[in-house]
Amino acid sequence: MSHQLLLSLLLLAPVLGFFINGFNFSSTKAIAVGTLGTLCSFISFICSLGLVLKLGGLPEDQRRLTVEFFNWLQVADLKIGFSFIVDQISAVMILIITGIGTLIHLFSVGYMSHDLRPAKYFAYLNLFLFNMLLLVLSDNLLLMFVGWEGVGLCSYLLIGFWFSDPAKASAGMKAFITNRIGDVGFLIGMFILFFQFGTLNFVEILSRLPAVAELGWTGPITLSCLALFIGATGKSAQIPLYVWLPDAMAGPTPVSALIHAATMVTAGVYMIVRLSGLFVLAPNVMMLIAVVGAATALFAALIGLTQWDIKKVLAYSTVSQLGYMFLAVGVGAFGGAMFHLMTHAFFKALMFLGSGSVIHAMHEEQDIRKMGGLAKKLPMTHATFLVGWLAIIGFPFLSGFFSKDEILWSVYASPNGHPLLWFIGVCGAGCTAFYMTRLMALTFWGKSRVPKEIHPHESPLVMTFPLIILAFFALTIGWVGVPHILASVLPGHIPNVFEHWLEPVVPKLSFIGKSSLLEWALMGISVSVAGLCAWLAFDFYIVHKERPKSFVLKMGKLYQFVSHKFYVDEFYKQRILDPLIEGSTALWAYVDVNFIDRLTYFIADFTVSAGAGLKSIQNGQTQQYALYILLGLVTTITWILVG
Amino acid sequence: MFLSTLIFMPFVFALIVLFVPSKYIRSVSFGLALGHFFYSLNLLRFFDSSSHAIQLAQKIPWLPSLGITYFVGVDGISFWLVLLSTFLTPIVILASWESIKENVRGFHISLFALTSFMLGSFLAIDGVLFYVFFEASLIPMYFIIGIWGGQRRLYATVKFFIYTMLGSLFMLLAIIYLMKLTQVQFGQMSASILDWYKLEIPFVAGEFINTQTLLMIAFSLAFAIKVPLFPLHTWLPDAHVEAPTSGSVVLAAVMLKMGTYGFLRFVIPLFPGAVDYWSWVFLLLAVVGIIYGALVAMVQPDVKKLVAYSSVSHMGYIVLGLFVFNNYSVTGALYQMLNHGISTGALFLLVGLIYERTHSREISKYGGLASAAPWIGICFLIVTFSSIAVPMTNGFVGEFLILLGSFSTKKPFAVAASTGVVLGAAYMLWMTKKVFFGVESDLVKSEKLHLKEKGEKFDLRWREVAYLTPFLGLIFWMGIFPGHFLSYSTASLQHLTQSKGHYELQVLFASENDSKVVENNYQGK
Repeated sequence: MSHQLLLSLLLLAPVLGFFINGFNFSSTKAIAVGTLGTLCSFISFICSLGLVLKLGGLPEDQRRLTVEFFNWLQVADLKIGFSFIVDQISAVMILIITGIGTLIHLFSVGYMSHDLRPAKYFAYLNLFLFNMLLLVLSDNLLLMFVGWEGVGLCSYLLIGFWFSDPAKASAGMKAFITNRIGDVGFLIGMFILFFQFGTLNFVEILSRLPAVAELGWTGPITLSCLALFIGATGKSAQIPLYVWLPDAMAGPTPVSALIHAATMVTAGVYMIVRLSGLFVLAPNVMMLIAVVGAATALFAALIGLTQWDIKKVLAYSTVSQLGYMFLAVGVGAFGGAMFHLMTHAFFKALMFLGSGSVIHAMHEEQDIRKMGGLAKKLPMTHATFLVGWLAIIGFPFLSGFFSKDEILWSVYASPNGHPLLWFIGVCGAGCTAFYMTRLMALTFWGKSRVPKEIHPHESPLVMTFPLIILAFFALTIGWVGVPHILASVLPGHIPNVFEHWLEPVVPKLSFIGKSSLLEWALMGISVSVAGLCAWLAFDFYIVHKERPKSFVLKMGKLYQFVSHKFYVDEFYKQRILDPLIEGSTALWAYVDVNFIDRLTYFIADFTVSAGAGLKSIQNGQTQQYALYILLGLVTTITWILVG
Repeated sequence: MFLSTLIFMPFVFALIVLFVPSKYIRSVSFGLALGHFFYSLNLLRFFDSSSHAIQLAQKIPWLPSLGITYFVGVDGISFWLVLLSTFLTPIVILASWESIKENVRGFHISLFALTSFMLGSFLAIDGVLFYVFFEASLIPMYFIIGIWGGQRRLYATVKFFIYTMLGSLFMLLAIIYLMKLTQVQFGQMSASILDWYKLEIPFVAGEFINTQTLLMIAFSLAFAIKVPLFPLHTWLPDAHVEAPTSGSVVLAAVMLKMGTYGFLRFVIPLFPGAVDYWSWVFLLLAVVGIIYGALVAMVQPDVKKLVAYSSVSHMGYIVLGLFVFNNYSVTGALYQMLNHGISTGALFLLVGLIYERTHSREISKYGGLASAAPWIGICFLIVTFSSIAVPMTNGFVGEFLILLGSFSTKKPFAVAASTGVVLGAAYMLWMTKKVFFGVESDLVKSEKLHLKEKGEKFDLRWREVAYLTPFLGLIFWMGIFPGHFLSYSTASLQHLTQSKGHYELQVLFASENDSKVVENNYQGK
């Protein structure tokens, strides 16, 4: 099949699924609609595979497939096509999106089997898939923005899927509006680029960069990068716009796995990698990205230490892991960011689905204080979750180990990096190991604290099968990106396939002058910190269960501060939302009602009273009229003569 | 003759309705209006989109001594507004099928008269003719709100009428002045807009009292009230709240566009110097309107008022686009005029049909409507997305082009205006959440039960499906294939934005006869 056909099918399959299930939205046949949704997603996956194989078959410097469907918008110099590009970066993304997407669809068939509106659910999920593909495949910024807002829309719909609960509906609204703040940044960045380069096409922008860079005037580039980064902080839940993601857990759990862990939230990272050639010309913004990323990584991990809701822990973990990706991007390790994006997609989707399996078994109970000892009841969920846990804490030779290690090494060794950032990163990694172990211990290990009326049972195969596949990849996918120093001591000289694949399209980092001894040492430090923290958590929650309580008492206010998520939500509400509402009410009352309308009435009254006053002129006395005529005549003649 | 037929057909319809047995008034009116719409689609065939000239023109002397003619024609600027007007008439007839119960005959006559006048004002190329249509359209709207409106309808109509009337009076003075000026400069009086474009209107930069500036103010006042531009907007929420659904739809979708159309046809090309000098005032008011409208919309307890204030915000975008005045922004503004017609029109229709079921406009009384009526929920959600300019819907194309164009030359205004993108989402989604999500409120429950007892459907009925479908179709069609629509306006807008200060339009007459008349008229020059 030609690549045009493959790409069309790739995009059309989910659209088709959306329409069929969408028009049939009240259907309750979960299996039928679920199979259809999964099938559409699977077709997309097969097409992605086909496209990537085709791409791999091309010579390294020509790996780019383009397809233009039709002209979308054309006004003067602005010409935006519905056109797509498959290259090394988007290839990685479409495999993740459709591959993990299909598994999550499959899982949902089991998870949503008792829901009242499964057709609507699968329709939205397919629509999301389409928009996400649009986002990563688009060959220009505007079409990317279409997908960008499109995934936001689907996220809104899916977070508020059970909209009868006002809290869930509010969470969806919060996600959309917070994202919109970022989107304004995206729009402005796009405007600057358009007027700077005369195009919004990625390839053209990047090809015109050298000419602009030569001029030495990087002001607009810096501004546009800053604006685009603001867009990324919205979609990828970074400080200060991360607040929507924890609330987004109100949606069905598979949605959290797909949208709020594996795919949509990584769009910001993807966008910056896509424009990496541009971002490297704005070192100030890069530094800001690194700092924000590091801060988010640690900040969210700290909050994660104190949460009791299984999904909230995972949500803060996602925010934190996204922070690592931005940290990587900020120091120029674009390949490392993409690598972590991929490994994270597998192990975090795995853990979210695992938590879904737990929640399903626990009859919608999400509080880990009411769990414990589930390993026996849910052996498969436990086994796969275990893999995810080991992957995220960076246990040697699992996927998370390779990608996190690559990022931390780049942060230390890159010319744009800094030891302090590395230190923050390691602290974050320690926290990650602690809260994930805590989650494992409270959920699966120890004694059962499950309420008597709940009888947890292992999920059906349709749910455990995706877990097994994801666990397999969480275990092994890291081997596509083995760092050089490890490869040099391991047998068989495993090549760094991933780095090599991305090499032609992302700027490469140089680590000249950095010794391999240092790299070994840093790797050792980060692994032992993580191990230590994991052991500490094990000790806290399994061995000496009384310790957490005394620890919390000892920490006092500090613990309260962290467990209330640093009061950021409260701050936003009190300092931004409430004043906005109060101010608007005041505007309405004072400007509209009291000022403008009063003025209107005043003018109206004036007219009436003036009319009443003028009435006296018309008093019927002929002599007076004659006087008026005379006066008028004189005035007119004077005016004509003078004028 | 085509355009004149188009304008006066509804008048004939009004006469027909006068004699139709009362049982059939609704169906006959609907049939006639639908026929009129299909007839108007001929424009797509007759119109040459590659030309920026005034086309299909017809000119008949009216008051020769004053140079006033019956002169109509269409170009890329008025093209879609004409079709928008003819499109809406059958729809509002369907929408008021059950809600208008008294004096049905009078209602349809008013509606047809209104259509005629609106078409006339978009198609008039003669200034005086324009004024006549522009003012006359107030009368049927006055009746529609005043007779078939809500409880405070009289207050609302008077406010609406006086407000808009006041603005137009100054415009009349300005029109007379321009006619005098043609006599001075060309030796013959003319009310043709095309002749006015050729006038040399004195302008002194930096001085407030000079001919061009004063004329600009006089015209702008009329149009700014109509739009309505902040701070002249306070008539709009009242008029919308009291108007019946049909009145709100036509008011929002078409009548407000007469204001922005007026800016585009008169103010901007006629007074280039003054507009250039004072454009910051318009831009400022537009941006303040965008933000102010959105903020105030956010705290409205009444659905209709919320939509009305959202109109103030949306119309601000259009004015911004017009006065930034480059190809992107003006194209966006024109597109946004149509978009606003579609999305706000549909919003008022939906609010209307919900009101018919529950008899309340108070947001706080609602909840869970999406569970009670899923199809209404879906339609409302789609229209909401169009209103908050989600890509792939029509709203995005317009808003994007306006902001893009504004950003090229007026960065601060563009950045300030883009906060409306966030605020717009905030008030619309907040309202959607309150009304449609959550558990079913007592009001929704009881009215659902009530209708069930009466054997009526609570969710969308077929008649409503019939009039909402075209809107939903257009939302996506215009969002995914904007080229299909923009291509008819490109030539005109390009010509307008490129010939700033020396704007001229050629005329292509519909028939040979007409052109001779013109030759004679122009001999004086």
